Amino acid sequence: MKMKQSLGERTFDFVNTLLMLILILATLYPFLYVLFASVSDPGLLAKNRGILLAPLDFSLKAYELVFNNAMIMIGYANTLFYVVVGTAINIFLTSLGAYALSRRNVMLKKPIMMMIVFTMFFSGGLIPTYLLIGDLGMMDTRWALIIPNAMSVWNLIIMRTAFQGIPESLEESARMDGANDFTILFRIILPLSLPVLAVMVLFYAVGHWNSYFSAMIYLRDRDLFPLQLVLREILITNSTDNFITGVGGGDRYPVGETVKYATIIVATLPILLLYPFLQKYFVKGVMIGSIKE
Amino acid sequence: METVRTETRGATKSKPTSVKESYWRRLAKDLKRNKNIYIMVLPVVIYYLVFHYGPMYGLQIAFKNFNTSEGIWASEWIGFDHFVEFFNSFYFWRLIKNTFLINFYELIFAFPAPIILALLLNEIRKMWFKRAVQTISYLPHFISVVVVVGMLVDFTARDGLINELLVGFGLEPISFLQEADWFRAVYIGSGIWQGIGWGSIIYLAAMSNINPALYEAARIDGAGRLKQALHITIPGIAPIIIILFILQMGSMLSVGFEKIILMYNPITYETADVISTYVYRKGILEASFSFSAAVGLFNAVINFSLLILANRISRRTSETSLW
Repeated sequence: MKMKQSLGERTFDFVNTLLMLILILATLYPFLYVLFASVSDPGLLAKNRGILLAPLDFSLKAYELVFNNAMIMIGYANTLFYVVVGTAINIFLTSLGAYALSRRNVMLKKPIMMMIVFTMFFSGGLIPTYLLIGDLGMMDTRWALIIPNAMSVWNLIIMRTAFQGIPESLEESARMDGANDFTILFRIILPLSLPVLAVMVLFYAVGHWNSYFSAMIYLRDRDLFPLQLVLREILITNSTDNFITGVGGGDRYPVGETVKYATIIVATLPILLLYPFLQKYFVKGVMIGSIKE
Repeated sequence: METVRTETRGATKSKPTSVKESYWRRLAKDLKRNKNIYIMVLPVVIYYLVFHYGPMYGLQIAFKNFNTSEGIWASEWIGFDHFVEFFNSFYFWRLIKNTFLINFYELIFAFPAPIILALLLNEIRKMWFKRAVQTISYLPHFISVVVVVGMLVDFTARDGLINELLVGFGLEPISFLQEADWFRAVYIGSGIWQGIGWGSIIYLAAMSNINPALYEAARIDGAGRLKQALHITIPGIAPIIIILFILQMGSMLSVGFEKIILMYNPITYETADVISTYVYRKGILEASFSFSAAVGLFNAVINFSLLILANRISRRTSETSLW
C-alpha cells in the first residue's frame, strides 16, 4: 500500500477532503441553526442578522409554548398511533408475502410476483385511489392512513431476498418435527432475520412518521390529524397565531419565529435521536434490496 | 431489480411431475400441497387487487362522465372527450414543459450527484472519516418533506438566513419561493441536499462488490487512481447506473407532487405547476374527477411507455435491463 504519492494525487486528496467537509457543513448547519434559534431569546433572534454560531442567550419559552399547544400534542399522539399500528400491519403483511414468495416449488409464485411488481410501474393514480377510499367508507377515518399503505413492493422484495438467503436445512429439520409454514416463519425465519426486520420497521416507521399527503386529502377531523399536518400549518401556511394568544402583546412576532424552530426540533427529534443507533441498518437494507449478484 | 429477473428464471424450472397431467390438475395439487403458503399470500394478493388494481379499474372514469351518485360503472361513457379537453386546454403545454424541464434538470444535476459523491467517497482512505461523511450525509433523507420545505420557507424569507447572508455580502435579497425563475433551482437544489447521501449508498455497495484483484492488477500495470476510477470503478458500477437511469426515464413525466404542493403558490405556477399538481388541484380540490383521472392516465401511460422504451434501448445496447 505504500505507494509514492504524486503531487497531483496529494492535491486531489486535499481538495476531496475539503469537499467532504463542505458537504458535512452544508448538511448539518441548517439543523444547528434551527436548534440554536429554537433556544435563543426571541427578541435577540429577531434583531440578529446572518448566521448563528451559538444560541443567543438561552430561553425555553418557545418549547413551553409548543408543549402547551393542544394541536401539536394531538398531532404527536395521532402520529404515534399511525406509526405503531401502521408499522405493525406493514411488517405482518410483508413477512407473510415475503415468506410465501420466497418458497420453492409454488406454482403461482411467478404470476403473483409479476402482478405485484407491475404495480411499481403502473398505477391507477391519485383520483381513482381517492374515490376508492371514499367508496370503502374510509374517508375521514384513521384507516385511510393505514390500510391503503399496508405494504410496499420495494420492501417486500428486500425481505424476500433476505429470506431466500436463509439455508433450507434449518427449515427441513423443523418440518421433520412437524412444524407447518406458520411456525417456520414466526419461529425460525423471522428470529433469524432480525437485521432485515429492523430495516423494515425503520423504513415503514419513518414513512408513517413523515407522511402528510394522505392525511391532507383524506382527513377533515382535526382530532385525527398527524403531526406533519399540524406542522404544515405552522411552518408553511404560516399560522403561529394559535400560539400567540396569551403572550404579552409586545413580543408577538418574535415568539412566533422561535416557536417555528422549536416545533421543527420537537417534530424531528425522535428521528434525530434514533438515527445514530440505526443508521448502520439502513445501509444493510438498501444493499440487500439492490445488490444480489 | 436483479432479483426479479433471476426469480422468473428459477420459477420456470419447476418440472411437471408428469407431462400428461394438465395444468389445472397440477395447480389443484399444488394448491393443496402448499395450502399454508397460499393462505399466507392471500391477504397480500387481496391488498394489491383492492388498493392497486382497484384504482386501475376505476381509471375507466377517464372515459366517462363520472358522477358520485351513479358510481363508476353506471356513469355515462363519453370516449376521449376529457383527453381532448386537456390537450386543448390553456395549461397543457405549460404543464408538459414544466414537468419535462424539472425532470430534465433533475437528470442533469440530481442524478449524477450521488454518483460523484460515491466516487469521491471511494477515494477517501481514512475509514473513520469516510464513515462519518456517509452517516451525516444520509441524515436529511429521513427528514420529512414538510420540515424540509418549512426550513426552506424560513431560510429563504425576506428576513431569512439566506437573504441576510446575501445582504451581508452586499447583494440584493431574493424572494426565492415567490419568483417563478427561481423555482426549479430551489426545488432541485433542496432535492440534492436531501438525497445525495442516501443515493450514494447503492453505488458504494456496488463498488464494494468490485473484485479487488482488478485494482491490484491495474496498480501493477502502473495505473494511477484516476485511471483506476475511470477503468475499473466506473465500469464496475455501470450496470446499477443504467438500471437507475432507466427507472428515472420511466418517471420522465412525473414529479412528486408532495413537495411541490408545499412549495408552490399561484405566483410560481408558471414554472412550478406540473401534471401531478394539476391533477391534485383539479381532482381533489375542484372535484373534476373524470377530467383529472384522464390527465393522470395520460401521464401514467406516457411514463410506462418511456420505461419500456428505455428498458428496450438499454437491453439492446448494454445488456442491462429491468426485465
